[in-house]
Amino acid sequence: MSTLRKRITLSALSFSICAGISGAVFAQSLGSPISESQLRGFDLIAPPDGSGYPEGGGTALQGKIIFESRCSACHGMGGEGTSAATRLVGGDMQSEERPIRTVGSYWPHASTLFDYVQRAMPADAPKSLSSSEVYQVIAYILNMNGIIEASLVLNRDSLLQVEMPNKDGFIDRSQAL
Amino acid sequence: MSKQELEKVAGNGLINRRHLLGLGLAGVGVAASSTLLGADAGMNLEIPSWSKQPGPGASGYGSRSKFANDMQRLSGNPNPLYPGGGASRSPLHQLQGSITPNSLHFERHHAGIPDIDPSQHKLVIHGLVRQPLVFSYEDLLRYPMISKIYFLECSGNSGTLFGPNPADGTAQSIHGLVSGAEWTGIPLSTLLDEAGVEPEAQWINAVGADAASMGRSIPLNRAMDDVMIALFQNGEPVRPEQGYPMRLFVPGCEGNISVKWLTQIKLSTEPGHFRDETSKYTDTRLDRKSLQFTYPMGTKSVITSPSGKMKLERQGVYQVSGIAWSGRGSIRRVEVSADGGRSWADAMIQSHQSEKALARFRIPWEWSGGNAILQSRATDSQGNVQPTRTSLVTEKGNISTYHFHGIQSWAVNTAGDIANVYA
Ligand code: HEC
Repeated sequence: MSTLRKRITLSALSFSICAGISGAVFAQSLGSPISESQLRGFDLIAPPDGSGYPEGGGTALQGKIIFESRCSACHGMGGEGTSAATRLVGGDMQSEERPIRTVGSYWPHASTLFDYVQRAMPADAPKSLSSSEVYQVIAYILNMNGIIEASLVLNRDSLLQVEMPNKDGFIDRSQAL
Repeated sequence: MSKQELEKVAGNGLINRRHLLGLGLAGVGVAASSTLLGADAGMNLEIPSWSKQPGPGASGYGSRSKFANDMQRLSGNPNPLYPGGGASRSPLHQLQGSITPNSLHFERHHAGIPDIDPSQHKLVIHGLVRQPLVFSYEDLLRYPMISKIYFLECSGNSGTLFGPNPADGTAQSIHGLVSGAEWTGIPLSTLLDEAGVEPEAQWINAVGADAASMGRSIPLNRAMDDVMIALFQNGEPVRPEQGYPMRLFVPGCEGNISVKWLTQIKLSTEPGHFRDETSKYTDTRLDRKSLQFTYPMGTKSVITSPSGKMKLERQGVYQVSGIAWSGRGSIRRVEVSADGGRSWADAMIQSHQSEKALARFRIPWEWSGGNAILQSRATDSQGNVQPTRTSLVTEKGNISTYHFHGIQSWAVNTAGDIANVYA
């Protein structure tokens, strides 16, 4: 009984604070429950811990064919780019005066390559590649950068093992004021 | 009032801001039109033709005067190799006050503007929550909302000023990736509380519904602070190019994290490390380490009139006017120099000074036909002072060109031409 009364007082108190700040009248609850399994085809997030990698896989050799037909018009036959923004290969963070920053020289995580190509590329038809095609074409980009062997089968397990040259090159400033 | 009475407060013609009121110059934004004393107009005034016949009546949706149509955003040509990608810049040199009209708010798109039917759009909150939830647009319209005036600035704004040579540009072409608006929406914390944040959650991953499915990560403590899901912009539904039907709005922070066309918020222990927070929007220092998640925009001001490529047609008193803002507070002070930073005078800040919003400043200045270098320097409520360009570039280098907030210089020559210079 006394706990209940305390809870009522407390919630009345927090309610009045809320009302004071936001002008809220009632806490609404209008969201509809959904399950993670219902979001499987919707959630494309592939973070570094590998939790977002799908099934499928393949090699750089397979990826070369995809790259040359689906990517090279904008990124060049060897990933050299058609502009500074579309260069995918080369660069050196340490030796160059103004380092050319690419997937190979700059990106700290291989997961970002999977995540980005799956969600945003090819720029003229995003999300048109299958998961295996994404593994293959990013295997080719990693291989052109000398990060993996052409024969490596890239899949959810092997991608988790890929280490990027600039992996220690970043400082997290998210809590800076 | 005679010329002699104007109290000079700094070198090369700066006049005490108190004279703004007496001069009746407020609102006269065009450099060429201001003189101190009304001269003989040289003609007799007659009743104009539009005063002799009724005009068209009221209409359902307003538009601006056809004589004001030259006020346009500035954008590059469409690039077939970057479909829908690119930016447009606000015409800062033509705008007044501290609110940007929605049609002139700057844009930055990574894969164009999606044509979203709000009745089909979904916002999902999931990951490390007690109950994953999905909201419709109709659902969200029923929540209690807040309205706040904030600036929004792309972190690439003014980035050309990191370069070795001063760009031959205008206030719009150099600084136009900043705008100000009143944003109305639901505090993100309201919806996160409804889903029930799990104790391990440290980050939110926000994703848009555009063709690039643009994603950004934000630490939970920041997300629970003043972040909102914005549904309205200056009173009307958020424009398609600003994220219709809903966008994230993270006050004071680089524009890219205010994810447009917001459709997914996933809570996690670690950030997603999306491409636009690793490859892009990161700041490589001179020691080759790169700063990641550098959100707040610096304390900054820009003189919008007189400014680059304008021309002072005759000597006399001009109104120097501009905007100032800070991602860390409100603007407390703006100083203006007409002699390249040797002496400074306080400008009048005329708009409401709210946190993380644009503030309009003005000060009268008498141009006597000589060379001048106009600069402005802002101080925010935390005491942060806008640095010189030299100190900013010395400190940060120019490997990366994000987050430029140094003092910029407009040089006026004896012909009255105005150009961006490094001074
Ligand atoms: C129509 C032109 C076009 C095509 C085709 C295209 N891309 Fe891109 N790609 C771009 C553009 C433009 C960007 C930069 C986008 C931006 O900055 O928002 C980009 C960026 C990228 C990046 C990130 C580069 C960086 O350093 O941040 C990767 C990786 C990439 N593309 C991979 C691919 C792959 C793989 C394919 C083929 C499956 C592909 N692209 C096809 C135009 C294209």
